[in-house]
Amino acid sequence: MSSIGTGYDLSASQFSPDGRVFQVEYAQKAVENSGTAVGLRGKDGVAFAVEKLVTSKLYEPGANKRIFHVGSHVGMAVAGLLADARQVVEIARTEAANYRSDYGNDIPVKHLTNRVAMYMHAYTLYSAVRPFGCSAMLGSYDPHSGPQLFMIDPSGVNYLSWVGEATNGKHEMVPEPMFREAEMYAKNALRESDSEGEM
Amino acid sequence: MEAPMELLRQSINPSFTMNAPDIMPLPSFPAFATDFKSRTMNPITTGTSVVALKFDGGVMMAADTLGSYGSLARFPNIERLLRVNDSTIIGASGDYADYQYLRDIIEQKVIDEACQDDGFGIKPKNLHCWLTRVMYNRRSKFNPLWNIYVVAGLQDGVPYLGYVDKIGTSFEAPQVVSGLGGYLALPLLRDAVEKKPKMNQQEARAAIGDAMRLLFYRDCQAFHKYHLGVITKDGAKIEGPFEVDVNWDLGYHIHGY
Repeated sequence: MSSIGTGYDLSASQFSPDGRVFQVEYAQKAVENSGTAVGLRGKDGVAFAVEKLVTSKLYEPGANKRIFHVGSHVGMAVAGLLADARQVVEIARTEAANYRSDYGNDIPVKHLTNRVAMYMHAYTLYSAVRPFGCSAMLGSYDPHSGPQLFMIDPSGVNYLSWVGEATNGKHEMVPEPMFREAEMYAKNALRESDSEGEM
Repeated sequence: MEAPMELLRQSINPSFTMNAPDIMPLPSFPAFATDFKSRTMNPITTGTSVVALKFDGGVMMAADTLGSYGSLARFPNIERLLRVNDSTIIGASGDYADYQYLRDIIEQKVIDEACQDDGFGIKPKNLHCWLTRVMYNRRSKFNPLWNIYVVAGLQDGVPYLGYVDKIGTSFEAPQVVSGLGGYLALPLLRDAVEKKPKMNQQEARAAIGDAMRLLFYRDCQAFHKYHLGVITKDGAKIEGPFEVDVNWDLGYHIHGY
């Protein structure tokens, strides 16, 4: 083994002796290194914001967008390697379209998140592939379920989330007052919707 | 696979026939062909005419809410207009199942278009052209979608109205009526436009209302409830269902047939 390190980080399908899968952790690092993405579930909708890091003057305005349409009722904001994220977005779109064609309705974002999470999870299981270097937040509004926000990280775990910090631990990059304010709004919104018995 | 007649023969209890004289032996047919492909030879649940008309600053379209099963008024509350997006509405005559099939495809197309997120959407001329290709392609497989589609909308602010039928024949016109209404209601609309070339929306509504009433009187597959689609610069809206006000007393004045 010519590389430095323990040698347990070469495959996504191998545990280290202390029970970690380094490839997945590296993928999470890739997310941390990218610009922050914030998702906020309010009372009557979901908002996304992404930090835009322009790494070259050669980019056209509007290039490398990180907030995507998935279906008529679902949006997605991503952090991490954009190329990986685009693949995930494409999967989400395909899943949404397939569900529509099978059931004639929009896919509930809960199920969409699950399907996409399963897909991302599968990429943490084999030595021939690497995990996705991105996390994704899926936000949705529909009259039946109201606003919903979920997050998936590179391991394929998905969270029911009220504030998603797709940067995974780097949310101090969001200015502190703004984060506190967002948290407050979100908690209030949650409390209101809980007292309305929606959740 | 065994021939159906053979199955029938085997299913008869031999104790019933063992002593009977063989007066008329069961005929033996060759097996039925099972390797054929079936096609729509006729529409099943159908909608009748779609009535559409350009007016000053917009387009209007109406279709009644009846799904007919032959001459049976089977489904009284269906919608035959589809709001595609802010600028386009389509209406369908003919086989309702074929319309539902195409509607799902168009809805997905609109979503795919939105996912591009490039600020462009499907415009009426675009959709009309696409529909002609779909219809012609299907008829070329000898498996047509048994519909007439009327496409209405604003193409860059200019009213657009088009027609395409099950063999892909298409045209644009200031007034379009599909199906039987083409003979009954179209002359009425043309007359109204001739008298008032620059109709406003209110006048167009009246003209469409008259056409729907006439169709309800004379087209046995027509219905007294209809949806109205209106496209103006303020967007596309499907309204209704409205009811036509009818007066059958005038039936007493009709003589001669």
